[in-house]
Amino acid sequence: MAANGGRFAALSRWFDERFPGHKLIREHVSEYYAPKNFNFWYYFGSLALVVLVIQIVSGIFLAMSYTPSDTEAFQSIEYIMREVEWGWLIRYLHSTGASAFFVVIYLHMFRALLYGSYKYPRELVWIIGMLIYVALMAEGFFGYVLPWGNMSYWGAQVIVSLFSAIPGIGDGLAEWIRGDYSISDITLNRFFALHVVAVPLLLVFLVVAHILALHEVGSNNPDGVEIKERKNPDGTPLDGIPFHPYYTYKDLVGTGVFLILFCGIVFFEPTFGGLFLEHPNFEPANPLNTPEHIAPVWYFTPYYAILRAVPDKLAGALLMGFAILVFFFLPWLDRCKVKSIRYRGWVYKAFLTAFAVSFLALMYLGLQPAQGIYVTFARIFTVIYFAFFLLMPIYTRYEKTKTVPDRVTFHAHA
Amino acid sequence: MTEEVDKSRRQFLTAATVATGAVGAVFAATPFVLSWQPSVRARALGAPIEVDISKLESGAMITVQWRKQPVWIVHRTREMLEQLPRNTEQLKDPQSEDSDQPDYARNEARARKPDYLVLIGTCTHLGCLPKSRFQMGVGEGGPNWPGGWFCVCHGSRFDMAGRVFKESPASLNLRVPPYDYVNDTTVIVGVDQAPVKGAA
Repeated sequence: MAANGGRFAALSRWFDERFPGHKLIREHVSEYYAPKNFNFWYYFGSLALVVLVIQIVSGIFLAMSYTPSDTEAFQSIEYIMREVEWGWLIRYLHSTGASAFFVVIYLHMFRALLYGSYKYPRELVWIIGMLIYVALMAEGFFGYVLPWGNMSYWGAQVIVSLFSAIPGIGDGLAEWIRGDYSISDITLNRFFALHVVAVPLLLVFLVVAHILALHEVGSNNPDGVEIKERKNPDGTPLDGIPFHPYYTYKDLVGTGVFLILFCGIVFFEPTFGGLFLEHPNFEPANPLNTPEHIAPVWYFTPYYAILRAVPDKLAGALLMGFAILVFFFLPWLDRCKVKSIRYRGWVYKAFLTAFAVSFLALMYLGLQPAQGIYVTFARIFTVIYFAFFLLMPIYTRYEKTKTVPDRVTFHAHA
Repeated sequence: MTEEVDKSRRQFLTAATVATGAVGAVFAATPFVLSWQPSVRARALGAPIEVDISKLESGAMITVQWRKQPVWIVHRTREMLEQLPRNTEQLKDPQSEDSDQPDYARNEARARKPDYLVLIGTCTHLGCLPKSRFQMGVGEGGPNWPGGWFCVCHGSRFDMAGRVFKESPASLNLRVPPYDYVNDTTVIVGVDQAPVKGAA
């Protein structure tokens, strides 16, 4: 046995001299010190990684049976659903995974708003995260076009038309994106290439950058206390615990619970009442027939509601773009020194609540027809949405905050 | 030879290399960017089409496809044409000054001959297909509806000349494609001037 262990140790040394495998594991897992007071909200980062893996694996297998062609795409989806062994499961994993990705990411982002995780020194972690979010929206959009259902077709038509709102170059730009005078086989093929190669590569690269940036500055926590400021004699943070085994096991439990819910949807309600897979998309694309009511998938609807709230094409498109862009500036819009909502004043709590309500309300309104009272409400909630960001430099400057403790609050379980 | 580094020389060479590299990168990227333009095949499939309108009854509309887009040809009734001047007040661009149409359609009827209207049937807002609601006072537009089109996607409304009503998210009138009359009963969509037969 000793000889065996000796041989294994020798092999391990042979690798370590040539590749920093152990070094990477130490730096990012077993000796990465995370605050010991993580709570429920800290599951969603690792869950996003779990969903990314689900999407990549199921996506690779879907691409083996899918045909990107305007005459065959819709049929190839039916082929996957009915004839490919277990194809229905792989497709439902992928379609449910798309929605799950956004559920997890929205909760992950809300966590950052709760505990000020976008603030100094984590501005880049936040900005890279926002780039991931934008890439994910592109990925979701391209993927939605691929089944070539009628909603795929008209969704693509509407989104690409947004670019034609740009004065002067708009029409040419939209034509360049489509590669044709309207959405066609050519468009479908390039969206397929972007969906399976370009954007996934970009996403993986950005995720690595997000984690590297996070591990450089260290994780925030529900108290918003910098644990690196108080250290043990050996240089590790007083309130820090190694990511492995402490948080790998915690996240394993979170992953288990998540997968129970996820599989429940995959097996029992994969269309989620028409929210995850929209009903008009079970009809093939028809360039001569618009669905009665075009709505994007639920995760885009807040922005769609903002777009429709404006009675002018260019202004609507700009405001929608701005609604996403404004997130990037959050670290500099927030002038309050205190990070965590636990020690912030009522003003921020009130604004954050109003923002969360507006986001959900716009999400609902974006699914409704653009008529009457729906438009009125969409306008009201759009104003609140932007008030949260644009008034932030004012209301956070004069915020009355509580005293932030020196150490994280932590109650060991008896 | 001096031991010291000539910094300005180094700076100049670095800048020159970066600049040359940047120019090279632009040249290298060009074919990839241009490959996204409509291909020769896509352009060929977008060739002009001829449409026989001899069987189009007064008040009726046909939809034909040009460049995979729906093109509407409407044989307008006298009432439809008489209603057009009464809409002026409620329109965003009644004189079609900002909108997209050939010069011969920059008039109130937005047509070469007022009787026949030729439009690209995609909403100028975000490209949905507006539904025809030709009957006055009926449908989403309410009792004062003067007849036209209604886009169910985002609620844009257009009159019987494809002109956009105020309070619509669309800013421009529906587009008129280039078209011409080959003869009294045949329209060619896609060119401003019908090719002379036999001229090849």
